[in-house]
Amino acid sequence: MASFWEYANPKKFIQTTDKLLPWLSVLAALTLVVGLIWGFFFTPDDFRQGSTVKIIYLHVPSALMAINAWLMMLVASLVWIVRRHHVSALAARAAAPVGAVMTVIALATGAIWGQPMWGTWWAWDPRLTSFLILFLFYLGYMALWAAIENDDTAADLTAVLCLVGSVFALLSRYAVNFWNQGLHQGASLSLDKEKNVADVFYFPLLFCIAGFVLLFIALVFLRTQTEIRARRMRALLARERLG
Amino acid sequence: MELTVTGLSVARSGIPVLEGIDFSLQSGEALILRGPNGVGKTTVLRTVAGLQPPLAGKVGLEREAMAYAGHADGIKSTLTVRENLEFWADVFGTGSIDPALGAFDLAALSDRAAGGLSAGQKRRLGLARMVVTGRPVWVLDEPTVSLDTTAVGLFAQAVRGHLAAGGMALMATHIDLGLTEAHVLDMAPFRAKAPAHDDFDGSFL
Amino acid sequence: MKALLLRDIRLAVRAGGGFGLGLAFFLIVVVLVPFGVGPDSGLLARIAPGILWLGALLSCLLSLDRIFALDWEDGSLDLLATAPLPMEALVSIKSLAHWLTTGVPLVLASPLFALLLSLPSQGYAPLLMSLALGTPALSVIGTFGAALTVGLKRGGLLLSLLVLPLYVPTLIFGAEVARRGAMGLDFTVPLAMLAGITFGAIALLPFASAAVLRVNLR
Repeated sequence: MASFWEYANPKKFIQTTDKLLPWLSVLAALTLVVGLIWGFFFTPDDFRQGSTVKIIYLHVPSALMAINAWLMMLVASLVWIVRRHHVSALAARAAAPVGAVMTVIALATGAIWGQPMWGTWWAWDPRLTSFLILFLFYLGYMALWAAIENDDTAADLTAVLCLVGSVFALLSRYAVNFWNQGLHQGASLSLDKEKNVADVFYFPLLFCIAGFVLLFIALVFLRTQTEIRARRMRALLARERLG
Repeated sequence: MELTVTGLSVARSGIPVLEGIDFSLQSGEALILRGPNGVGKTTVLRTVAGLQPPLAGKVGLEREAMAYAGHADGIKSTLTVRENLEFWADVFGTGSIDPALGAFDLAALSDRAAGGLSAGQKRRLGLARMVVTGRPVWVLDEPTVSLDTTAVGLFAQAVRGHLAAGGMALMATHIDLGLTEAHVLDMAPFRAKAPAHDDFDGSFL
Repeated sequence: MKALLLRDIRLAVRAGGGFGLGLAFFLIVVVLVPFGVGPDSGLLARIAPGILWLGALLSCLLSLDRIFALDWEDGSLDLLATAPLPMEALVSIKSLAHWLTTGVPLVLASPLFALLLSLPSQGYAPLLMSLALGTPALSVIGTFGAALTVGLKRGGLLLSLLVLPLYVPTLIFGAEVARRGAMGLDFTVPLAMLAGITFGAIALLPFASAAVLRVNLR
């Protein structure tokens, strides 16, 4: 049985993901198309919210991915700190812009949803505010990567920033909750059946979430490949100088 | 006491520059590193001083034995010469700074603000710090930059005094200090070759 | 360690050390706010706790890049790294020196500035308490940011971008203490939270700061 860590070899990683990527992309596209069409056209309007409720199919999955992308970066950073596999650090780097875009999508769809529902584009509600803070964390993380020339130094520094940032992001979440009770409804999904959204909305939503997860994985694979190749190119240039 | 460096490889911003460096230094000996600009002398000195981890190989002594002086002297311009030196004496837990002031002819300047010193005087102050540290191994990177001939003489004398007291000195310099007893090591033969393509995390150098 | 603390304080207080710049900036913020929101003293009294906290935070931010940048430029940081002093102690001392030269003056000056913003009299004690308890966290977190950006030229803006989101919990709880205090409400819960953040940061962050400083020095 081959060890899981074999995939931390850049060559092996690229070979494997090259094989997976077409399947992942097609699957992601299919689930997204099915989920979105089902959700947009074949579910009833909500009795209070009307058709605006359907933005849930973009809002909830992107919000989930915004948080999960950061978690993935945290795990990848820990792997880099402990095992020093370059691919891990590069994967964390690759996931950051995707996560940031997910955060923006969640914020934008939330604003569009909030306008008819709460009568305002933006409120300093705990959930909205903590997503804005999360977005700032993404910005800082990407800016730090971009600012440092030496790749290993950048990987080390951003990994520590990701660790410390995670702790402070959690603290902010709690602090923001304390600071303002908010308008936002409770979670749309939970294991507790009673609190869930109705079944008609639930299944297409699951499809959309699966689609976003697959899309995220495909994008991170693709971007990590790009990072690996860029890194290898810099290494080859340096190698030429060595002679 | 002996400083043994075995199989030392060093990297500058992630790229290996020198590899397989071996040398050893006994108490009372000095070693001068030679080589063209950019060959990696500074990197070797920083690695030996414990400021950066070696890529491979070992430095035989703890960094607690090293006193390092780089291109910058770490002088605070708003403090006086005396205050600058006393600070380092306090940090390193050594006593009087008068021998250091004497060795580099700084006694007359001791109450002047360090910002008003000339480049050569600042350098002398930076080197006087080595005496204050009380550490056995002096690691010196281009110590004679901006020193005049008299000051170079003072410096050579200080190094000799340090060696006579059982210390060691490792330095990179282009100037002939008149330290005839010092060994010389040319860095050029240790230039790193590109590593094999197929190591595990490889192709990243 | 005492030598380093004394040196840093002495450097800050002497000419060109930037001591007092933070206070001046604090004053500017407090003076400009009424121009922006109007002279209505009822409104000013209501927003005074927040403005004072924000002003303190921004003036603290202004001085962060001096924590390591000057020592980095003149080579002292390399020399300090070879000194018989653990890196964790070095960064802790640096934070302490920063707090003593920036945080403490801000705390002491805040009642005076609160007067300008007509803070209700019951608000002074909680304001002082929250700033005294919160500014050490600002210094310690700021030291982490400064250690992250120490090798970068023009890292100032990046430093702000990195540090500001980290300041959010401290600001929320600190300003909440001051706000509740000014309204005569009970403020023990946010005060306890603020204390928790400060002591947690003092206990743990120096390890992270020391780690990134080591990376930056190599």
